[in-house]
Amino acid sequence: MNSAMILEEDRPLLEVRGLNKYYGWHPGCLDVDFELWPGEVLCIVGESGSGKSTLLNCISGQTAPTSGQVVYRAPGYGELDVHQSRESVRRRLMRTDWGIVRQNPRDGLRMGVSAGANIGERLMAVGDRRYGRIREKALTWLERVEIDPGRVDDRPDTFSGGMQQRLQIARNLVSEPRLIFMDEPTGGLDVSVQARLLDLLRALVAQMGLAVVLVTHDLAVARLLAHRLMVMHRGRVVETGLTDQVLDDPQHAYTQLLVSSILQA
Amino acid sequence: MYVAVKGGERAIANAHALLAEERRGDTEIPELSVAQIRSQMRGAVDRVMVEGSLYDRDLAALAIKQAQGDLIEAVFLLRAFRTTLPRFASTLPVDTMAMDVRRRISSTFKDVPGGQILGPTYDYTHRLLDFSLTGDATQISPAREGEPSAQKFPSVVSMMAAEGLFEQDEVETDSRAVGDLTREPLTFPARRDVRLQNLARGDEGFVLALGYASQRGYGDGHPFAAEIRMGGVEVEILPEELGFPVCIGEIILTECQMVAKFDGSAERPAQFTRGYGLTFGFQERKAMSMSMVDRALRSEELGEEIKGPLQDQEFVLSHSDNVESSGFVEHLKLPHYVDFQAEMEMVRSLRASRTHKEEGKENE
Amino acid sequence: MNNTPWGGPEGFTGSGYNFAYLDEQTKRMLRRTILKAVAVPGYQVPFASREMPMPYGWGTGGIQVTASLIGPKDVLKVIDQGSDDTTNAVSIRSFFARTTGVQTTERTCDATLIQTRHRIPEQPLREDQIMVYQVPIPEPLRWVEPRESETRKMHALQEYGAMHVKLYEDIAQHGEIATSFDYPVRVGGRYVASPSPLPKFDNPKMSGCPALQLFGAGREQRIYAIPPYTEVRSLDFEDYPFTVQSWKQSCALCGAEDSYLDEVIMDDAGKRMFVCSDTDYCRQRREQGYSGPMNGEGRDFLDRIQATEDSE
Repeated sequence: MNSAMILEEDRPLLEVRGLNKYYGWHPGCLDVDFELWPGEVLCIVGESGSGKSTLLNCISGQTAPTSGQVVYRAPGYGELDVHQSRESVRRRLMRTDWGIVRQNPRDGLRMGVSAGANIGERLMAVGDRRYGRIREKALTWLERVEIDPGRVDDRPDTFSGGMQQRLQIARNLVSEPRLIFMDEPTGGLDVSVQARLLDLLRALVAQMGLAVVLVTHDLAVARLLAHRLMVMHRGRVVETGLTDQVLDDPQHAYTQLLVSSILQA
Repeated sequence: MYVAVKGGERAIANAHALLAEERRGDTEIPELSVAQIRSQMRGAVDRVMVEGSLYDRDLAALAIKQAQGDLIEAVFLLRAFRTTLPRFASTLPVDTMAMDVRRRISSTFKDVPGGQILGPTYDYTHRLLDFSLTGDATQISPAREGEPSAQKFPSVVSMMAAEGLFEQDEVETDSRAVGDLTREPLTFPARRDVRLQNLARGDEGFVLALGYASQRGYGDGHPFAAEIRMGGVEVEILPEELGFPVCIGEIILTECQMVAKFDGSAERPAQFTRGYGLTFGFQERKAMSMSMVDRALRSEELGEEIKGPLQDQEFVLSHSDNVESSGFVEHLKLPHYVDFQAEMEMVRSLRASRTHKEEGKENE
Repeated sequence: MNNTPWGGPEGFTGSGYNFAYLDEQTKRMLRRTILKAVAVPGYQVPFASREMPMPYGWGTGGIQVTASLIGPKDVLKVIDQGSDDTTNAVSIRSFFARTTGVQTTERTCDATLIQTRHRIPEQPLREDQIMVYQVPIPEPLRWVEPRESETRKMHALQEYGAMHVKLYEDIAQHGEIATSFDYPVRVGGRYVASPSPLPKFDNPKMSGCPALQLFGAGREQRIYAIPPYTEVRSLDFEDYPFTVQSWKQSCALCGAEDSYLDEVIMDDAGKRMFVCSDTDYCRQRREQGYSGPMNGEGRDFLDRIQATEDSE
């Protein structure tokens, strides 16, 4: 299970160097550098417009940066410059070693097929051809994300928002990835539903030794899940460090503003 | 009753004979001549030439007669004929700036060198049915057309380009050979030359609807008609043996250049970008819509937000051809009973297992 | 080579059109495309389809393939829905008769070139025969992914998981795979292809077939091929293997129990009979003395329909 922990060299799982992205002449994100280690949860926080989603799109391989590099290291991939690599390699990566959990679960699920088919897709994509076995795994995963297995043949449009999000997580985790990218996974959910989802995520991350890059505007989510925090403001990383340190003792003026506004609310 | 569609050669021959009779219609009424269609139905003839991708007024008129005025059928006839024609040369690019202008307007400036020439347009006519046309000897008072002047009409767009407000012509930067949609299969992503060919021969209704959609929020912003011109241009070829261009004839073209503001990006400063439309004959509506769709299809290249199918070249270019679309839609008339049989069996089987399941549940 | 197009009022007959209508350059282009297709079994090769005198969607792809291959010594059979006398088969056969003068036949065993729509003849084919299939939508992934730029990548990278999602879903919802025709196949263990809208009943005939099988899609501008003796497997799951249709009835006219049957409705009360879709096969069996339960009555019924249609 914790295969992510077993690496030959003591090198980061993901390395971002000098990343810049412009949309039109508006800077999306500028001069971003960081490392991510196996099993580590990194949270990128900021308000809307801070550039955090742009950054996530670049490092998850979905959008090409204007300049800079994203390097992934793992068995089977060696040292991979994600944006210079062949498309076939990137596509394979996105279906196996990596997972992407989108803010709106409808963007990350096939709404027209059952929950079981959604979960089974990654298995079928890598060649699994036993219906019975695929269905078994789907049932197992539904239980793990706390969805009634009796719903395996139901379509996601009959699920609540929270359930859809948990289904999306299962769909990604079934291939036992090393690295997950999440964009506001609790956005649009009720507070109590959020809490349940966060607990689930925390448990799964620990059980599977997942590395996670999670984007959010909600500091409470960061506090609960993240080992480290990166604060973004107007496209730049203004502060970075261990979660508790940054939240309890913010150095940058913007971070201070962010933290204090939470306390006031 | 569902009965197999079968028919021998005789049935088909009978159908064709019936068609010929219907085409001729009431024999008391004089037969329509190809010359009449050619000279008095320019709208239909020009459209068939444009979508048939063949400049020949007589053939287009013949096709229209043969198709009883069904223009898509006429286009099909012309295209099939075109397939059989050998090619003996490619022309030099025509110079629309050297056009013998019959109509030229610009909506971006009140006055332009050369002036605004209305020409034989329906614009500003009042759409009142004119019953004086029901006879066949209509009195025409001669129109006053200006002297065919040596007047030159400089390009409105070039004049604006001098100020540096326009994007640079792609032609100067792209030295690859021009594609040919009739000789190479359409693949995606398609380059602009092929996209323009596709739109030029695309169905007028389809391109018009998309142009309309671009004005209603499905595209980006408000375009302006910088220049529309219609008139005769010379067609030249360059025979190797001679080493100089030879004019082989003159054709009528309608050209439309639309301009739209572009706010700029990291790669380009703010500027006016262009959409281009070109048709045989006097097909202004088509040239205008074509230029709008051309511009919309450039959204991705310009980094603009993609709002809908109008900016999606696969959607637009795959469905613009009315010979293809009518063929496939109408192919549903062909027998499909073998597959339908298979579907019937499938539906019966699925219903049976559902009933079985439901009975099973009731018995629990 | 006479390429002048002015064929005169007789249409195709008379001088002016090349043998099989297309000019030699076009035929060469088509043959190069076919060679490429044979070299990569199941891969859809793009080609510049020509406008033919028949509409797109009515067999222009198959016609172009046949036109590029047919020679004076060929014997041509054209079927649609398994029958030689359906309207479109008649029309296409007469097109080739007029533009080539080649011998035509209704007997599968006598043909060297067979153009078909929606069926494979019941009689096994031979090495000296070529089958040309008419294909409306060559892309089997089209219903899973409308974009051609994306499906091209999926084929190149063998990303066929999405197809199996559809099959999984069928089994989950219906207990079986609900596709009854145009059932996707894997050719030579590599490319997933559409067999054309054949009933799945015909899929097994494609595998290990001694004849060359060519697929032409004119409107979509693709040609693909299954070389002789190539393995063709219909997509399925190990624990839900591919199965074919079967009937409780046998052919009412010839008694065949192993052929694909058409359902013919005989009156408003719903009286029906089942007859072989492959008219040549059925006739040959009857010539050999086989007879089905409604042979006399069934033949009368069909003859009466034919007479009505011929007289209109």
